[in-house]
Amino acid sequence: MAYITGVGDTAFGRLEGSTPLALMAQAANAALADAGLARRAIDGLLCGYATTLPHLMLSTVFAEHYGVQPQYAHALQLGGATGCAMVMLARELVDAGRCREVLVVAGENRLSGQQRDAAIQTLAQVGHPDYEVPFGATIPAYYALLASRYMHEYPVSEADLAEFAVLMRRHAGSHPGAHLQEAITVTDVLASRTIAAPLKLLDCCPISDGAVALVVSRERRGGAGVRIAGAGQAHLHQHVSCIANVSDLGARRAAGLAMAEAGIGLAGIDYLGIYDSFTITLLILLEEIGIAARGAAAARLRSGDFGASGKLALNTHGGLLSYGHCGVAGGMAHLAEAQRQLAGKAGPRQAGARHCALVHGDGGVLSSHVSLILSRDG
Amino acid sequence: MDKLAALFWNGCAAGELRYQRCGACAALQPYPRAYCLHCGAADLEWLPGQGRGTLYALTRVERAPTDEFRALAPYVIVLVDLDEGYRMMAHGVPGLAIGERVRVGFFEHGGRHLPRFDKD
Repeated sequence: MAYITGVGDTAFGRLEGSTPLALMAQAANAALADAGLARRAIDGLLCGYATTLPHLMLSTVFAEHYGVQPQYAHALQLGGATGCAMVMLARELVDAGRCREVLVVAGENRLSGQQRDAAIQTLAQVGHPDYEVPFGATIPAYYALLASRYMHEYPVSEADLAEFAVLMRRHAGSHPGAHLQEAITVTDVLASRTIAAPLKLLDCCPISDGAVALVVSRERRGGAGVRIAGAGQAHLHQHVSCIANVSDLGARRAAGLAMAEAGIGLAGIDYLGIYDSFTITLLILLEEIGIAARGAAAARLRSGDFGASGKLALNTHGGLLSYGHCGVAGGMAHLAEAQRQLAGKAGPRQAGARHCALVHGDGGVLSSHVSLILSRDG
Repeated sequence: MDKLAALFWNGCAAGELRYQRCGACAALQPYPRAYCLHCGAADLEWLPGQGRGTLYALTRVERAPTDEFRALAPYVIVLVDLDEGYRMMAHGVPGLAIGERVRVGFFEHGGRHLPRFDKD
């Protein structure tokens, strides 16, 4: 058994003067305090990467900086799926008896630590260096290509996409740590400037500073435990030009493996933490996983199902689209929020009693998929 | 640039879309490699494509990543299914639609000859 026994985060947004190591330490402190653990109890350390600190050995750089001496440590790189992949691995380490208490941490000053062009150019390198980047492609362009094809095959409109931006902003409005909190409407999203058609500025997540940390433990502590009940991965392509089928990107396969391992179906899930780098990302993932029929995710949103009081509360912290995106920690914020909702510790955002969460991260251009099932025990 | 990529881009400079076909199993691959993705054979031949295909996906980029591309913005990036049986990224002229028949041309930008598709 493996439990997420502690979560910690920083506010997301422009955090002037922050550094990756300082942000990671701040989140780690909060996670250890939440778990009621001392630093010396940490015997495993997994960390993500930071584009503003591209070190060969980030995990041990952080270990020394933070003052921990784990028996097992390394960094992991899987784009936006890194957070979910680290938690999956932490669970394997705990289940194998290798570690008792694994600290999973990531953070970076992606916004304030570099020029915006530098961030955009670094991220564009997710594309193929010889056959995609030379065309002046950007991350929004890769996703826009995917969006154009998906919207050609299924009845999805730009207004449908906009609904997801509006919902994420509404959720972020109740989280004091969110990067973007000012309420927006569908009209605002549709009127925002085009970045890469059909995606407009408000279809895209912001670039943020921030950090998130989690503690994965062999034993549960305190009241209700949040158990990692299932996990699954799928990796079908890296580059958008190598996608064989926009209806089979890997999300359904990864989620299917995770649900099978947990012994549950979609009907058993009552909370969703779904990666939302762009509105189209969120819509495709919801439809491919089967949470909504093809072309029907926006209708399900409009019916209220994805709101905080809905049947399937979705990204109640505001997601990447509004809580913010600082790289690996951006995807970990979904995990932190899911853990809090299941543990009943989401404070004013608590979406009633939630028992079972599906958290899904994707890296690249819907390239790498990792799904987790979190279950409330006790 | 690696040697295989240079062969592709030199083809563009010569006004031709070059692609690889496996000499052992005849599979095509979406971008050049030193081995066949399908059977692993190293016996790959380069062929000049006809440059005709069907538009699979497209976007108009308004927020360019670099000064070099800001000078060109807005520009259209497309994915095209070539008639030979593989898919590639390229530029497109404005006004194309998914499913439309397209044909390649080339234009010089930033020291490369970029393939750009127009209506066929």
